[in-house]
Amino acid sequence: MNSRILPRVLAGPGLLDRRPLTYAQHETNFASSFRTTNLLQELEKSGLTGRGGAAFPTYRKAQLIADQHSRVKYVVVNAMEGEPAAHKDHTLLATNPHLVLDGAAAMATAVGARLVSVCIPREAAATINHVERAIHERQRRSNTGPKFEVQTPPGRYVAGEESALVHWLDDNETLPQFRVVRPHVLRIGRHPVLVDNAETHAHIGLIQRYGGDWFRDLGTADATGSTLVSVSGAIRNPAVLEVALGTPLHHILETAGADTSPQAILLGGYGGTWLHGDHVNTPYDNASLAKFGASVGAGVIMVLPKQGCGITETLRITKWMANESARQCGPCAFGLPAMAEDLAHISAASRDAVAAIQRLYGRGQAIEGRGACRHPDGVVRLVRSAFEVFQPDINRHAKGQACAAAATSRYAPVPQLASESDLVWE
Amino acid sequence: MKKRNELLQLRVNPILCDGFGHCAELAPDLVILDEWGYPIFPDSPFSPGEKERIRSAHLAIRGCPRQALVLERLSVDTK
Repeated sequence: MNSRILPRVLAGPGLLDRRPLTYAQHETNFASSFRTTNLLQELEKSGLTGRGGAAFPTYRKAQLIADQHSRVKYVVVNAMEGEPAAHKDHTLLATNPHLVLDGAAAMATAVGARLVSVCIPREAAATINHVERAIHERQRRSNTGPKFEVQTPPGRYVAGEESALVHWLDDNETLPQFRVVRPHVLRIGRHPVLVDNAETHAHIGLIQRYGGDWFRDLGTADATGSTLVSVSGAIRNPAVLEVALGTPLHHILETAGADTSPQAILLGGYGGTWLHGDHVNTPYDNASLAKFGASVGAGVIMVLPKQGCGITETLRITKWMANESARQCGPCAFGLPAMAEDLAHISAASRDAVAAIQRLYGRGQAIEGRGACRHPDGVVRLVRSAFEVFQPDINRHAKGQACAAAATSRYAPVPQLASESDLVWE
Repeated sequence: MKKRNELLQLRVNPILCDGFGHCAELAPDLVILDEWGYPIFPDSPFSPGEKERIRSAHLAIRGCPRQALVLERLSVDTK
């Protein structure tokens, strides 16, 4: 496989005939003569970072688990993908499930695990089907190597958080756990668990076949390789693309067929950051985006066109995120609905808007860093970036002049709640 | 020798904490409450030399109905 040609992990006819690659097709598609004896070393060379959002070096995480003294270890493939705007893991598993399983198997061998659990939300029936078929196909071919199983936790937003996922496997509850030190070794019973995103496993599958140097051929020096992005918002068909890290953002928007001169872009996910439309020429990698306080995150790109209202979109997302809180920690369970309420005042340009802006600053400060997981921090980050990017709009709303789109702006894909009573706040 | 570089920090397990607010009453010098009644520790960490603070920290820890507070040792590498 040529190292400079995209797509890499999405390579194959899969999406055309709507059927994932079979094992035989997969073997010819990703044929290689390279065989590594030391996967961890290749991972270190490759510079691969986790594609689930935190961008933690995969090599260091794997090394941490490999160093644990335990007879039993587990590898978990996280395909929970709770972001409503993200579709990359489902697209990947519907195209190349064997590549993900390859990566997971290689990782399991490298760290000494004998069981791989693939976690897919139970609502995603098609994806579960694809993966179960692929596992069955592999088991029929050979009985060696690690065993695979499919786990189907409920598809809530926090269920994809790694400690919540391990909590599910351990104790059937999708609630995040409190960790005192980080990086923390998550455990099922006493046994260490290695959790990586499904896309990360697909990249590992390629690195094991072609090597770490091959992987570095795309991307920048700091952010190597390619990544999957889910483009949504002002676009006719929401798309999942594979791009090299460091590709200018406007190029990604153009390829996806989205609005190339947007008002703003939401990057990372619903706990991510808004980026002003003036900065669409920024390269898509963490080092370049850090100047604007943004990051690649989970690969979500949500395009807000000029006629949309950023405050209303932020409100809709915050409302949904507040509702998705696990309600374990006070600052998150009470703080996020309070923030959503403040945003509602600003969005509607009510008489309370000026006071609400002041309150939001204080509440953001009070909530940040006080949950067991990063869920509240993500919302605070989103609201803060909205204050920066939509500053002129917020000033106008505060004067009682709501923009024309404030009531109707519906670009961010936010799931409808079944009823108003599903909401948390009073 | 090593102990001199250590700092103490009061921490709460946010999952266990239910906002009873006993800690703020028992250790007003260490704990303030946010608008929903959950604790914030404004000037933590502190040095183990401050006996008064350690005393109130222990009071807060023992008085917590959820046993959610811990006094954590942070080793600072100054050398």
